[in-house]
Amino acid sequence: MSEFDQLYRELILDHYKNPRNHGLLEHADAQAEGQNPLCGDEVSVSVRLGDGDVIEEVGFDGRGCAISQAATSMLSDLVKGRTADDVAAMPKEELLDELGIPLTPVRLKCAILGLGVLKLALHKARGTPLPEEWGTSANELVLE
Amino acid sequence: MAVTTQPKLDAHRLRADFPVFEELVNGRPVAFLDSAASTQKPRQVLDAMREFYEHSYANVHRGVYRLAERATTGYESARGKVAGFVNAPSEREVIFTRSATEALNLVAYAWGLDNLGPGDVVVVTDLEHHSSFVPWQYVAGRTGASFKAIPIDEHGELQLSALEEIERAGTVKVVACNLVSNTLGTVNPVRDLAVWAHEREAIMVVDAAQAAPHRPLDVQALGCDFLAISSHKMCGPSGVGALWGRRELLEKMAPFNLGGEMIRSVSMERTTWNELPYKFEAGTPAIAEAVGFGAAVDYVLDAGLAAIEAHERELVEYTLGRLGEVPWISTYGPPPEHRAGIVSMNVDGVHPHDVAQVLDWEGVAVRAGHHCTQPLMSKLGVAATVRASFYVYSIPEEVDRLVDGLHKAKQSLG
Repeated sequence: MSEFDQLYRELILDHYKNPRNHGLLEHADAQAEGQNPLCGDEVSVSVRLGDGDVIEEVGFDGRGCAISQAATSMLSDLVKGRTADDVAAMPKEELLDELGIPLTPVRLKCAILGLGVLKLALHKARGTPLPEEWGTSANELVLE
Repeated sequence: MAVTTQPKLDAHRLRADFPVFEELVNGRPVAFLDSAASTQKPRQVLDAMREFYEHSYANVHRGVYRLAERATTGYESARGKVAGFVNAPSEREVIFTRSATEALNLVAYAWGLDNLGPGDVVVVTDLEHHSSFVPWQYVAGRTGASFKAIPIDEHGELQLSALEEIERAGTVKVVACNLVSNTLGTVNPVRDLAVWAHEREAIMVVDAAQAAPHRPLDVQALGCDFLAISSHKMCGPSGVGALWGRRELLEKMAPFNLGGEMIRSVSMERTTWNELPYKFEAGTPAIAEAVGFGAAVDYVLDAGLAAIEAHERELVEYTLGRLGEVPWISTYGPPPEHRAGIVSMNVDGVHPHDVAQVLDWEGVAVRAGHHCTQPLMSKLGVAATVRASFYVYSIPEEVDRLVDGLHKAKQSLG
């Protein structure tokens, strides 16, 4: 497999070209925006929460590179049915495993942008903890 | 009329000076199309630094022993080369800094904080690199001056007609502009701006980091008051740049950094400043880097700045021609005659970062991003572009590899 196929393997390309759960939800219980200034990736994530703060619906919008958008699309499938607390504690490795490709540090930021924004949305709506290294006061997530 | 023929630049011959091209990946050297960010280094510069470290190294301006004297001579002779390179009236007007960025900060802080206030106007442009934009924005904010930018037209050229409106905001005190845009390659009418600024008794500050490597530079002909350049963008090492400033302005300015070397005498009651240029060179400078900078000046002058300019124009024409054949590629910026060796582009439907990634696998190094020009990106209505930029070692075959790579990116991701 060439490097090219390895990185943009079919699954990722499919998520990029046909993003799941695309479009922000009306009447969302939690929503946040974030950006990756280095390459201009932008992601907004909205969620609707059910009993016990279980994530019932996820909708996202954004623009940016294939990795940032595909990773957010994959994430949106991954977190449905989980509680806000679960997702707040979700390690980034879980999403990276799902992507299943080696990433340079620069592109790692693209890959975890959506996850950071989702955690921020839950933090704002339900007070779930943010990952320590991201600080706890950011209204809008910016990955430096 | 005597006609002097400009010897054409032989990029294939010059490439042999650059060790980086000896390393092959998949049988080919890197197609290095990111010289606007930083250039590769020729043996002549590397050798000069090594030679200096091995035979002439000590701290400068202090020791009485022979090595220290040699070090000082090496360092000061580099200053002389830089002064000649920008046609400074005096070597004393050339201050070594860490970078062009630091040079521009020096002016913004040391001149701006003491000379700006409410009612004054600082004028920059939409084409500025953040290093010529943010220091002035910050100092204007600190002093209460207003901060205005000259807009660009659809070709990425400055709309000087907007100056009339800008001037209504107050007393224009500073005009800061780059000579060549690092994102679009636009060559800006700095001489006209300097005249306009001086008619209003404002100072003209020129960011020439992107111009110095590629075209003859003359501070007297430009009529500016300050000009910043960078070593690493013209074959020299990183860690050193230079500020040229008009002596009468530099003499009136407060120091920027305080410490050793920049003082004349120190007591509990009072400290007096050293003479120019040392007043602005606190601390041990980047000595060997300055020597490397001097060697880079020699190298670039030897290649010939007019020849470099002509070489890059040919490459830009060739690139715009090849890209113009492709309907799904957009290019930004002015026609070749108004631009230096930079081409910013986008592939429809493919993010610049993804394009750069695909190009990397083809051994083509380009920059993707906002190029430290976010205000310009927002004017262009894009988040980022893919930028190819050229230098003395760039050849048309590399442009062909770029175009092939763009096709691959489009096929896979578009």
